[in-house]
Amino acid sequence: MTNPRRQLCWRSVFVTFAVCTGTMASGEEDRTVEEKETNNKKRTKGAIATAWLTFYNIAMTAGWLVLAVVMVRYYLQKGTHKGLYKNIARTLKFSQTFALLEVGHCAIGIVRTSVIVTGVQVCSRIFMVWFITNSIRQIQNEESVILFVVVWTITEITRYSFYTFNLLNHLPYFIKWARYNMFIVMYPLGVIGELLTIHAALPYVRRSGMYSLRLPNKYNVSFDYYYFLIIVMLSYIPLFPQLYFHMLRQRRRVLHGEIVVEKDE
Amino acid sequence: QKHHKKVEILDAKTKDKLCFLDKVGKVLPSFSLHWYPARQSIRLDPKGKSLKDEDVLQHLPVGTTATFYFRDLGAQISWVTVFLTEYAGPLLIYLMFYFRVPFIYAPKYDFTTSKHWVVHLACMCHSFHYVKRLLETLFVHRFSHGTMPLRNIFKNCTYYWGFAAWMAYYINHPLYTPPIYGEQQIRLALTVFLFCQIGNFSIHIALRNLRPPGSKTRKIPYPTKNPFTWIFLLVSCPNYTYELGSWLGFTLMTQCLPVAFFTLVGFIQMTVWAKGKHRSYLKEFRDYPTLRSPILPFIL
Repeated sequence: MTNPRRQLCWRSVFVTFAVCTGTMASGEEDRTVEEKETNNKKRTKGAIATAWLTFYNIAMTAGWLVLAVVMVRYYLQKGTHKGLYKNIARTLKFSQTFALLEVGHCAIGIVRTSVIVTGVQVCSRIFMVWFITNSIRQIQNEESVILFVVVWTITEITRYSFYTFNLLNHLPYFIKWARYNMFIVMYPLGVIGELLTIHAALPYVRRSGMYSLRLPNKYNVSFDYYYFLIIVMLSYIPLFPQLYFHMLRQRRRVLHGEIVVEKDE
Repeated sequence: QKHHKKVEILDAKTKDKLCFLDKVGKVLPSFSLHWYPARQSIRLDPKGKSLKDEDVLQHLPVGTTATFYFRDLGAQISWVTVFLTEYAGPLLIYLMFYFRVPFIYAPKYDFTTSKHWVVHLACMCHSFHYVKRLLETLFVHRFSHGTMPLRNIFKNCTYYWGFAAWMAYYINHPLYTPPIYGEQQIRLALTVFLFCQIGNFSIHIALRNLRPPGSKTRKIPYPTKNPFTWIFLLVSCPNYTYELGSWLGFTLMTQCLPVAFFTLVGFIQMTVWAKGKHRSYLKEFRDYPTLRSPILPFIL
């Protein structure tokens, strides 16, 4: 699905960094050698984490920008979206699969988001890319594919540049605005694109019997990809509103909180 | 000269004063403001742990006016009810698939039985397992808590009933494939299954005997004369160990991937519980045996 996610707390990385440097400055004489060493380790860990995350987010922003450029150029040259998927397939697969690292970031704690939430997000994206568009050739020229790819591109460029600027501590307001407002339109559009694509794929899945396992077999289990896809489509019904309203609440908290501060000044 | 305490009870979230008792003796009465006792959580600190029914007012760290915080735990349901429902389901559901009740398989198979003898054996084992669980719930287990939140029954029943249906569908399917290694495999599986069923039952009896009827005391379980309890030397929660063993046996017997999956999920859940229990044993008893692991000897 398109990507509403809790605001990643880069601040926590910075805070660790700042606290360690702060304590080092004030109470050095009182600290034992051991404590100094632990603080040193924390500092280096914080610094390495920040450096890696900055690199990662810049790389991802670049990756999705490339994708955007390729798509625009193709459309300007050819005037149609037919055949576009073949051009962007490799970049799309690469960029989206690379996002698996984000689950790792949450797992080791350098990013403060739930592993499960991130995992579900990334998995649903990977599912769309590898198990729908990549493997079912007949739907690759559908308009719905272009729809969700465009939506993802816009969303991801906004998201990754937001993280990058946050890490560098220079967040232009328009990026923050974009991240917390574009999803209102982008997210439903993306869901429509994804659902239409899966729906278009259904007849081909049924006909080919792909990814399915029939009885009898020695594992005594069966799997029907066609019905699985139907269940996936139905699952959007409970999941989409939850994630959407979560992002709305986030938005209110982030943007509304700012307004309160300004009034006090 | 009697000391009479005053008691005030505040809502844990809103801090509204719900109740004020001017003269209280030794015991704090369980009050009901249209919330039955099982739903009431009374605590000394709004975010702290609940006080127990046995706690005595005089012995609590409070001044002349004791302030308690009240929290509504939500609709409650008794443990016994939940257990009976969640175990009766799989028992009946499996039998429905075994007897090939209509609308499950193709109509020509309605009310037929499988031609593989292992399928009959599997049905007996599965049914035995859940009958045993039902009887244990009624006659063996001594529950620490009377109730649990109502939503648990929906969660638990979905889990047990759902998995039972999924497993039973394939084991009793007309196109079922019996185990590759035939009788050898089935015999080994049955041995493991029965061994672990007896073991699990022995542990339940041993745990029951630790606790006199009506009491809620907690003691360290030790091996008894029954050899099946000697595993207590190595494991804190051998009932879970034996349960895992039973399901491994059943997986081997049926050679069915959904059963393997159910075993895996159950194992993960039981490990979480075992680790929690192990940790609380360690916290509560200074002299807790150090050789013991939560669920798997030396490993987990």
